[in-house]
Amino acid sequence: MKVRAQMAMVLNLDKCIGCHTCSVVCKNVWTNRKGVEYAWFNNVESKPGVGYPRQWENQKIWNGGWVKRKGRLELKSGGRARRLSNIFANPDLPEIDDYAEPFTFDYAHLQNAPLSEAAPTARPRSLIDGSRMEKITWGPNWEDDLAGEFAQRSRDSNFDDVQKQMYAEFENTFHMYLPRLCNHCLNPACIAACPSGSIYKREEDGIVLVDQNKCRGWRMCVSACPYKKVYYNWQSGKAEKCIMCYPRIESGMPTLCAEACVGRIRYMGVILYDADRILEMAGQDRERDLYRSQLSLFLDPSRPEVVEQARADGVPDSWIGAARNSPVYKMAIDWKIAFPIHPEFRTLPMVWYVPPLSPVQSQIDQGRLPTEVDGAIPKAEALRLPVRYLANLLTAGDEAPIVSALNRLIAMRSYQRSVHVGGNADRRALDAAGLSEDQAQEMYRYLAIANYEDRFVIPTGHEELREEDVYAFQGSNGFDFGKEPGGRSSPFRRPERHEVHPMVFMRRPQAGKA
Amino acid sequence: MNLQLFVYGVYPYIAGTVFLVGSALRFDRDPYSWKSDSSQLLSKANMRLASNLFHVGIIAIFLGHFVGLLTPHVVFHALGVSDVEHQYVAIAAGLAFGSLCLIGGVLLWLRRLLNQRVRSAGRRMDMFILSWLLVTLSLGLSTIPVSIAHARAGDPSVMLALATYVRSIAIFQPDPAVIAGVPVIFKVHLFFGMTVFLLFPFTRLVHIWSVPFGYLFRAYQVVRRKSVIVR
Repeated sequence: MKVRAQMAMVLNLDKCIGCHTCSVVCKNVWTNRKGVEYAWFNNVESKPGVGYPRQWENQKIWNGGWVKRKGRLELKSGGRARRLSNIFANPDLPEIDDYAEPFTFDYAHLQNAPLSEAAPTARPRSLIDGSRMEKITWGPNWEDDLAGEFAQRSRDSNFDDVQKQMYAEFENTFHMYLPRLCNHCLNPACIAACPSGSIYKREEDGIVLVDQNKCRGWRMCVSACPYKKVYYNWQSGKAEKCIMCYPRIESGMPTLCAEACVGRIRYMGVILYDADRILEMAGQDRERDLYRSQLSLFLDPSRPEVVEQARADGVPDSWIGAARNSPVYKMAIDWKIAFPIHPEFRTLPMVWYVPPLSPVQSQIDQGRLPTEVDGAIPKAEALRLPVRYLANLLTAGDEAPIVSALNRLIAMRSYQRSVHVGGNADRRALDAAGLSEDQAQEMYRYLAIANYEDRFVIPTGHEELREEDVYAFQGSNGFDFGKEPGGRSSPFRRPERHEVHPMVFMRRPQAGKA
Repeated sequence: MNLQLFVYGVYPYIAGTVFLVGSALRFDRDPYSWKSDSSQLLSKANMRLASNLFHVGIIAIFLGHFVGLLTPHVVFHALGVSDVEHQYVAIAAGLAFGSLCLIGGVLLWLRRLLNQRVRSAGRRMDMFILSWLLVTLSLGLSTIPVSIAHARAGDPSVMLALATYVRSIAIFQPDPAVIAGVPVIFKVHLFFGMTVFLLFPFTRLVHIWSVPFGYLFRAYQVVRRKSVIVR
């Protein structure tokens, strides 16, 4: 057993209102630069839909993630030699139009236009080459709130094995939001595909970063990531990705997307896992076993032998303590209401999702839906969202855990309803879902109240344990783009250690060290 | 010092020094700029054909020059390759891979010129160095008819002179006099070729240094630790 700590996230899709606040704060801080206008480290998709970039989930198109071939775990795009042979032109690389051509508007024209009868308009212009765009035909969130035709949206690969035609009818329409970011996987395909070895996972917190000074722009990571969450900066020629706001995480603060979430749907906490069993668990024969095999990697931080091994492997006590209070642990392991997104990609993603219930109050009022024992809360199988769709999204098609999770969410509501409306605790639904009253109370506190300190249990990084002399960083710029403040690179200044991303954080010479 | 002596006796060392020192300085001081600078994301059309032809061609040509010119004469003889046979092999390989490279290179050049996106995202140096390589390549290809004439006449002297000259440069005993008599087209090609090395550190060509052979042998996953383990 080798114990490692991972900063993980859970998103409660039941409460996502699709406001895009997460995407906007992220963009404003990390990707408001030339070359990554098109990139959204965090984006929110309307489902069903083909998403961003178009049809990212369909690995027949992109060859992302891992597959089991002849008993061996291999990247879907092939082995090492195969990848190098494609290095001059990556056949699986998306084009920028698959994401959407970035554009701006001629805002100045609104002020500078000569007097005219009709009001002047601001017309779109490409941010790549500055050319006029007559008509915008695609964008990163083109299908927002089910915009567009069902025929187009239903190319969503989560519709596999779903009789989808009935969902084209207005009465049967269903809809959910899916906020997406880098999953900081335990078995990342991006790292495995990087020819220059520039992408790495941080041992201390599991954050996956691109070493900007080592990246050579071979762009294999872009296609290898099955979630399409590594982006190629077409200006700098380097790969960039979500950095899990690691300067904030190191200071004990949640990521910007999590902090800014108005619906309080995001949770962050530490998960301890057994790094020795990653390959075995990612390499299960049956795709449907992958959700459970990933669960089995996670270690119980209250067990003494886990704590002992964690200490031996260099996990600080503050992180072990945080793992005990981790909201992610509670949701993924204690309550089993959170699931990894597309476990069949075999990357062991560490951003998990609580599946959404769907509001169907009018149906219940008309007596059209079978309900739980209390007569007020609908049965999970009767919800608007097909369980099969959720299972394709979250458990590689295994419906049982999804139904169990939905039942638990409903039972918790049923119980709380009996307490708050009837004044008598009705435990029947809880018993049926296998929950105790204490668990239901705790779930209510975490999911409904969602206090800040319950949502975010983030231990600070341990800068004092750094091998480098941290005092030498005093008075430095913080970060730059590998250039002098004036924008020019100088052959006379040695750049400092460069772990970072998307900006190159400056490191002053290691004073203090002989 | 006359021009012949400067261009073929001194200039190779200037170009070589700039090539090595410039590359080292850039790698050390400005690693953020060290990259292949691909524009495939902006336009995929034709890239697989054009880029593969160009790269396969130019790598084969580079290795061909390297092996053909720097392998000691005695090795070829020991292998039973006569000078004229050597010449025919060089002609055939040069023609084959030179053509691949030229087709791919012209396609890339046109893409860089005509594709609005690639053109505006690219740097001026990208177009310049690609054009320079294509001119050098065309000069190299246009030496082939001359070489064929030599080979048919059973006269390998020009090839041997060029090889002797290149070896003299490589062992730091420059002997520009040996190529004083070779046809001018070879000399011009030589000058353009040496200049590629001079320009090298200032262009995207630096990515050649970073051929990721190491990838074939490393573990798939990379984990880095920044702090010490306190036990």
